[in-house]
Amino acid sequence: MTIKEQQDEYIADFEFLEDWDQRYEYLIDLGKKLAPMDEKDKTEENIIKGCLSTVWLSAEYRNGKVCFSADSNTQIIKGVVSMFVHVFSGHSPQEILAAEVYFVEKIGLQSYLTSNRSNGLIAMLKQIKLYALAYQAKSLQQ
Amino acid sequence: MGNAVMHVVGRRLDVAAIRKDFPILERKVYGYPLVYLDNAATTQKPLAVLDAMDEYYRTINANVHRGVHYLSQQATEACEAARALVAGFLNARHVHEVIFTRGTTESINLVAASFGKKFLNAGDRVLVSAVEHHSNIVPWQMVCEERGAALSVIPVDENGELILDQLDQLLDGVKLVAFNYVSNSLGGINPVRQIIATAHRHGAPVLLDAAQAVQHLEVDVQELDVDFLAFSSHKIYGPTGIGVLYGKEEWLNKLPPYQGGGEMIKTVTFEKTTFNDLPFKFEAGTPDMAGMIGLGAAIRYIQELGLTNIHETELEVMQYALEVLKEIDGFRLVGAMDAHHRAGVISFLVGDIHPFDLGEVLDKQGIAVRTGHHCAQPVMDRYCIPGTVRASLAVYNTKSEMDRLAAGIKKAAKLLG
Repeated sequence: MTIKEQQDEYIADFEFLEDWDQRYEYLIDLGKKLAPMDEKDKTEENIIKGCLSTVWLSAEYRNGKVCFSADSNTQIIKGVVSMFVHVFSGHSPQEILAAEVYFVEKIGLQSYLTSNRSNGLIAMLKQIKLYALAYQAKSLQQ
Repeated sequence: MGNAVMHVVGRRLDVAAIRKDFPILERKVYGYPLVYLDNAATTQKPLAVLDAMDEYYRTINANVHRGVHYLSQQATEACEAARALVAGFLNARHVHEVIFTRGTTESINLVAASFGKKFLNAGDRVLVSAVEHHSNIVPWQMVCEERGAALSVIPVDENGELILDQLDQLLDGVKLVAFNYVSNSLGGINPVRQIIATAHRHGAPVLLDAAQAVQHLEVDVQELDVDFLAFSSHKIYGPTGIGVLYGKEEWLNKLPPYQGGGEMIKTVTFEKTTFNDLPFKFEAGTPDMAGMIGLGAAIRYIQELGLTNIHETELEVMQYALEVLKEIDGFRLVGAMDAHHRAGVISFLVGDIHPFDLGEVLDKQGIAVRTGHHCAQPVMDRYCIPGTVRASLAVYNTKSEMDRLAAGIKKAAKLLG
């Protein structure tokens, strides 16, 4: 699935769910299904600054693709984190950097989080792009 | 102006009538009638306060204390009347023992800076408690560092009660004791009289952070024999940006000024400035006139309702809340279990649910609570928890709102469990 296709799928899923509690249930469920993050990656450096909840994000570069893993200590945010991981994982740094990210706004994810927490979304997106940028630079050197 | 005295029926308050004094309580949030339970952060404002401030700007706005003109004199009279109301509210011996500040935080910073400059030396100590808000820790840490002094801490037990067995030993070498009347994070009422009396036996003055007390309990500074007391207007139904520092005359006279500027001077030459008398010595610059008048109106409102009546009414809602909340699976109260030992605040956790998640789902149901460490990280560390959910009450909260809270928590627990 491309970055665009995964975003569109999430948008469609949220449109299908009418009530706020069903949407939360969906988010929480996404969080529960997220592949567990290796405990050794839950380091101080991997914490996303700007998140009121604790969010860890790490990345690996395998066969020209970036693979993200992440976790959070709160369930709702973990669901959001899971969406980011699924949208961006398994794509090349170039694809990640070129991607137009519209699912957060389209779904209205900010409204599911108090403003202090939605600031963390921007920080998370920035960190994802920074990983992609770093791996792109690395791949160009090789 | 509202006439809150009409809402007193015997010793009971007519809460439905009181709610009508607070226009914001009619709001709907996400389609639900707002349940506002973040009163320890800030309370809502009654019409009496809104009208008094509006009236001030519409009719008598002018700079105070200096002008010879009519408006300035009227504004001065109104502001000084507000000071007298505060003095009466606290039962201060003198009106000039009431200093207007920006709030509790500034009041504490004022004492920390001025007291520290004159009385703290290397090797001295300042004693605080383990249940303080950051604003009653950090100013003391800062001044201690500057003066080479150290901070000591009165410990707290599992129920949120201060452990006073070692208080005499702890007071050795202490130059000032600063602690809160009611903990903002747990809501426990601290044994103020015992601590003040013991501190005085050791010759140490006491600053009481009453930010979470004056809206719930009668506070009499002479009866408490407290040396300094701080509170914020916005937590007792008054406007934001203004607060009070009460200080005994003898102490305020001993302290050097905090900030320099207009109002606080008698004469200024480039060689030497002589300072104004109390209270103006500590009120540099143009004061928050509308704020003073708004705070005065808030105090009048509280006095018309009667603090004893407010306390009784809130206690009944608090007891009811604790009863219904205890029935929820996994509900864990942090701090004292007995409603009589707490004022205004219910701090809790439910199962393993993170307080942020719980707060978020409550918000979606129109219920406003606080989540997190409540600016009291050392308290949370003491209990080894990242934070709590805090529901805090005001006089306008009802039992049916507590039912909404309980139902909201159950719904959240089902989603997040």
